Amino acid sequence: MRRPALFPALTLIGAAAFFLIPLGATLEFSLRTAGGHGFGAYGDLLKQHQFWSTLGLSLRLAGESIAAVLVLLVPTAYWVHLRAPRLRPLVAFLCVLPFVVPPIVLIVGLLGIFRGAPGWWLGSPQFLVPGYVVLSLPYAWFSLDAGLRSIDVRTLSEAAHSLGAGSLRTLSLVILPGLRAAVLAASLLTLAIVLGEFTMASLALFNTFPVFVAYVGQTQATGAAALTIVSIGMLWAAMLALALATRARGGKARA
Amino acid sequence: MAGVVLSGLRREFGSFVALEGLDVALAPGELVSFLGPSGCGKTTALRLVAGFDRPTTGRIEIDGADMTRVPAAKRGVGMVFQAYSLFPTMTAARNVEFGLRVRGVARGQRARRALELLELVGLDHAAGRYPHQLSGGMQQRVALARALAIEPRVLLLDEPLSALDAKVRVQLRDEIRRIQSRLGITTIYVTHDQEEALSISDRVAVMRAGRIEQIGPPAAIYGEPETPFVAEFIGTINRLEARVVDAGRGAVRAGEQTLELPAARGRQAGEAILVLVRPETVRLGASTNGHDVVAAGEIESATFLGATTRVRMRTPLGPLTADVPSGTPSLGPGAAVSASFPADAARVLPL
Repeated sequence: MRRPALFPALTLIGAAAFFLIPLGATLEFSLRTAGGHGFGAYGDLLKQHQFWSTLGLSLRLAGESIAAVLVLLVPTAYWVHLRAPRLRPLVAFLCVLPFVVPPIVLIVGLLGIFRGAPGWWLGSPQFLVPGYVVLSLPYAWFSLDAGLRSIDVRTLSEAAHSLGAGSLRTLSLVILPGLRAAVLAASLLTLAIVLGEFTMASLALFNTFPVFVAYVGQTQATGAAALTIVSIGMLWAAMLALALATRARGGKARA
Repeated sequence: MAGVVLSGLRREFGSFVALEGLDVALAPGELVSFLGPSGCGKTTALRLVAGFDRPTTGRIEIDGADMTRVPAAKRGVGMVFQAYSLFPTMTAARNVEFGLRVRGVARGQRARRALELLELVGLDHAAGRYPHQLSGGMQQRVALARALAIEPRVLLLDEPLSALDAKVRVQLRDEIRRIQSRLGITTIYVTHDQEEALSISDRVAVMRAGRIEQIGPPAAIYGEPETPFVAEFIGTINRLEARVVDAGRGAVRAGEQTLELPAARGRQAGEAILVLVRPETVRLGASTNGHDVVAAGEIESATFLGATTRVRMRTPLGPLTADVPSGTPSLGPGAAVSASFPADAARVLPL
């Protein structure tokens, strides 16, 4: 007779409850109306111009941050793996630094650095992109690093070179396709950071989506709950898209 | 067809000298193996020819042109790696046509060429498969086709069979040789497997500690090793330490026995030498030939190897190994036996 695996089952139920009960409660609360339950709070939320404008701004900043992170980090990670593997711990350390530097310090530092910068830069929300890039570094680095470690970068690069491909073509035609999952993971994590980072935007007085979330949280009770559910839904959708995109190719990549 | 000339190739990594001045010239269409134990510099040499690495000093010429500082991508050299070099996100056909794609060859033309090459290596049916759907041997065939697709002037093979199992290894080895001969492509083949090197090459360069110890046709390398290292690295060999007693007669003293060897004539009396005898030249049982070296021995062990049995004996000459046809009776340990080998089959080297 096999003993029922009681402990693992309890752990699973406990963990599920830990995540699902607050989520369920939030969902229930978001659906409350004066007379009972309904989608009123969601309707009000989606009608607000601010919801769409801040979301649009944050998505645009996320896109720019993702592009900047990838342009900065993909060639760097590739180069480190190929030519300077001994620098890997150093680069990893530099990329992890944002974990120990809180965003508030980061934004004060950024404001200090850009003090003499022209007004159009200080006044443009793109001002936040360098900060987002810094905050995304640890996640993006570890995704790309793991991706590069899963393929034989050196042999593949040498094979491509011997067939006549230069470094750029080797990176774009051979290495990057093999890093698809890692690049998508790095992008998604950057997106999550941009959609969740409140401190910097708030201190630098930009009205991004997280700032809007905080504002709603302070002013509209059921609206805040509805916004939470909407945000979670968006991230889930993004993660689902990632999972589907990597699975589509996953079967074809070498294990 | 291109010839390859490597002159004075030296490669240092810090204080470690990986290659100590390599000189070798390959005739157009020739297949030369670099054979040696790991760390002997054979792969370093190959990487220099491929352009993945730069020599500290020395010169690489392909077809008379200096290639020493030319980047790998511009050398027109095809390379087959040990393993896992196929691009994992491309099908076999896409892998093969990669070099043509980089060169800007039109899609239809390169697809045709890829199929031709896959046919050459017997894999046209697997054109649409991804590397992880191919066996190790098939992957190496695709890698060979891919290297050949760019019509390289020189083909470099870096232990291409070392990750495969024995049967596939022999089969693919013969196939590589067949394709290489047919295309007449100048080839450098790096391996640590002496059987592979002997069977596939026009010439074998036995390497040790960053230099070529001996280079020559396989039969010469096997039959006339010039140094003790070569003799021992290529196949199994009996080494008997001896001292010249009479240079005129070629008499030498090995262990407790004096023997007369034609190869020892003209040496200095008193000189310490090494007598090398291949085990397949050693016979068991009474000798009928007056020119044979005969030693009475006692069998220590007998190992069945299939067609032959390897018998190790204690003899007055020293330990002696003989490869005899299997089925020879009374080879049990402890049995007294008479061993003999033709005196002119022994090779003598200074110790």
